[in-house]
Amino acid sequence: MTDIHIDIHGKTYPAMGQATSHLAIADLKLVLKSGEFICLVGPSGCGKTTLLNIIAGLDQDYAGNIRAGQLPKLPKIGYIFQNPRLLPWRTVRENIELVLAEDQSTAAITPLLKAMQLLESQHAYPERLSLGMSRRVAIVRAFAVNPELLLMDEPFVSLDAPTARQARVLLLRLWEQRPHTVLFVTHDLREAIALADRLVFLTAPPMRVASDICVPIARADRHDEQVIEAFRQQLLNDYPEIKQLL
Amino acid sequence: MAFTKHFLPGLSVLALLALWQVLAVVVHSNSLPAPAVVAQVFWLACTTGQLPFHLGVTLLRLVVSFSIAMLLGCAIGIVLGRNKRLDAFFDNWLVIFLNVPALVTIILCYVWFGLVESAAILAVVINKLPNVIVTIREGTRMLDQDLLDMARCFHFSKRKTLAHVIWPQLHPFVMAATRSGLALVWKIILVVELLGRSNGMGYQLHLFFQMFDVASILAYTIAFVVVIQLLELLILKPLDTRSQRWRR
Repeated sequence: MTDIHIDIHGKTYPAMGQATSHLAIADLKLVLKSGEFICLVGPSGCGKTTLLNIIAGLDQDYAGNIRAGQLPKLPKIGYIFQNPRLLPWRTVRENIELVLAEDQSTAAITPLLKAMQLLESQHAYPERLSLGMSRRVAIVRAFAVNPELLLMDEPFVSLDAPTARQARVLLLRLWEQRPHTVLFVTHDLREAIALADRLVFLTAPPMRVASDICVPIARADRHDEQVIEAFRQQLLNDYPEIKQLL
Repeated sequence: MAFTKHFLPGLSVLALLALWQVLAVVVHSNSLPAPAVVAQVFWLACTTGQLPFHLGVTLLRLVVSFSIAMLLGCAIGIVLGRNKRLDAFFDNWLVIFLNVPALVTIILCYVWFGLVESAAILAVVINKLPNVIVTIREGTRMLDQDLLDMARCFHFSKRKTLAHVIWPQLHPFVMAATRSGLALVWKIILVVELLGRSNGMGYQLHLFFQMFDVASILAYTIAFVVVIQLLELLILKPLDTRSQRWRR
């Protein structure tokens, strides 16, 4: 596994109808170290999803480049979208089996489903699942491809607090079993502190990096809400400029 | 529930038959035979093997031309729905072919290719094809881009994307094209047979028309309508139920 270098000179959305053209990203440089858990924090509408789509290769209309080490080709990516994006006409298990490569065994899915507490629902159709369960299926699907880089776009938004907390715990458990680079987008600073090795704050459009801060809290201490809250206060004191980015 | 589902439709068929009987008694003419007379003619035509033979010939033409039109139409519709440039180019062609009268295509096919089976099939296909293309094209334009992005992101092969992402979304449109298509195609086939074949329903109806044999015309028509209804009940409905099983 290698570090991933992101260097985007500019991303512009062309004018369309009444809307004028819009510079979404300007001069954004970011290095993702191998195995690191990075949270991107920024105001809503600042272009975080655009950035993830560029990294995932879904959006190729931009100036700049993304490379892993010396290679221009990106490593294997798992993408957890803001909406689960499950195929409603396939069961939970079929949805996950479909993303596997030809040579991958379907047996590996069962422990993942078990870890996400989805084993009982594996033959259900997505429309019968709650939103929290659908999001967990999307997480299993992304982990099932054994990604080297995992992109997560506010995957726990609109979940109630206990469900979101449980999903975070399950996510971290999976990540610790098989470490890989994670890029996690959120606008919830507490969530970011609970998860990340490093926080990257992004500005309103045109988006660039505002500050890049390491989270020195040990993983074992992060379930303690008070530790998270204390660090959040300290951050807001030390970096007053990030207040307007939340 | 059982009342509206089974009893009412049955009652409506009986009411139609009763209305027919009353009219036949009132009019009392050879040009409107009573249901019992038609049933008798139907039975006779079945025992001589005439009706099953001509019905079978027409059904075979229906299956062949309908399958060709659906396969080609789906393929072209998906391509046009996904490719703006091709769509802009061929859109006028579609509008033209949609508006050429069925009779014109049939006559031209017979003039150009002779009174042969392939000309008959071709005429039916040309009549049906634009409808299928337009329906499937609309369906393709409405495909969910989020799901297509998901498929791209997880490196789905072309075949996998088609089978698991695109086809299930197109299914309602394919069913719409099938239903409207069956009704359209068999009517066109009758004209094709009337004009240039020496067997099939259309040919027989033409014969009965010359002899003013209304009872036979009605017997053949009812037989065909029943067959189409059976297709709907035994093939299309179960297909629908199966493909909708994931819906809440």
